[in-house]
Amino acid sequence: MRFRIQRYDPDKDARPYFQDYDVAMGPADRMLLDALVRIKATDDTLALRRSCREGVCGSDAMNINGKNGLACITKLADLAEPVVIKPLPGLPIVRDLIVDMTQFFDQYHSVKPYVIDPRPLPEKERLQSPAERAELDGLYECILCACCSTSCPSFWWNPDKFVGPAGLLNAYRFIADSRDQAVNERLDDLEDPYRLFRCHTIMNCVDVCPKGLNPTLAIGRIKELMVRRAV
Amino acid sequence: MSAVKNPVGAHFGLSDWLLQRLTAVAMAAYTVFMAVLLLWCPPATWADWKALFSGAFVRPATMLFLVALLYHAWVGVRDIIMDYVKPAGLRLALEAAVGATLVAYLVWSASILWGR
Repeated sequence: MRFRIQRYDPDKDARPYFQDYDVAMGPADRMLLDALVRIKATDDTLALRRSCREGVCGSDAMNINGKNGLACITKLADLAEPVVIKPLPGLPIVRDLIVDMTQFFDQYHSVKPYVIDPRPLPEKERLQSPAERAELDGLYECILCACCSTSCPSFWWNPDKFVGPAGLLNAYRFIADSRDQAVNERLDDLEDPYRLFRCHTIMNCVDVCPKGLNPTLAIGRIKELMVRRAV
Repeated sequence: MSAVKNPVGAHFGLSDWLLQRLTAVAMAAYTVFMAVLLLWCPPATWADWKALFSGAFVRPATMLFLVALLYHAWVGVRDIIMDYVKPAGLRLALEAAVGATLVAYLVWSASILWGR
């Protein structure tokens, strides 16, 4: 199979360039990550992140034939050749397919992604009914791979100010949590022309999410709660 | 990147977002209403056309449509400026220019509808 991979080493290269690789695939190779590992075995200068190789850790997010996804759960059989692989768009490149995720994680941390409850700790755990727990389905599964936020034009233009789809999905994950006591503070924090309202419902996030989540729906729920408390 | 902090948290945006949607509904309703009206009984002469837009319902409805259109345009164009124009001074100047233009359009619209 033929692969065309964007290479860039800021210490050596003036600008990014593409390098072609022809790889003889083995019978057990199913996923794009298998091919990248084979390439890495022949050219160890290629830099990429990967860890769990089963779509759980979110390390090997990259732009595959123009669409963000996880290399480890992208089937080789579904890819047109040459398979063009680039780093996630919109974030500074550290080297080759490795991007600097600082802005992404800054936005994630800005939504306080943890349960806030100032009341005294209960004797045992904070209980949740099955129905309350079900509210978190479609939210808690986010692995923070950044496929969604780096496919979002609003995040490209304002990564320092717009929370982005991943951050907002996680914001709603705690707004929706029955144990959290800070819904008003969270809504106050997000009610901002940049933090929340840069979302123009483009829905690239929904299109690319490798876990099948729907950040646009979560953002809509946040706006719905804001409307409900305002009208 | 500037060493100066880049704060966010202006605490507005919900009413603009909501009004953008409500004005869209108002504009859609007016568009359908006018399309049906003009297809059903198209004004034959300039006098008929003038009479139609001087009507007790069509004139305020048209004004309401234009107010909705201008507010909708304000939110949309300001969104574009906020997305793409980074220097705050330039952004403010452009927003002021757009705002002034839209207010001028509003006055112009009213003078057309209520003028002779």
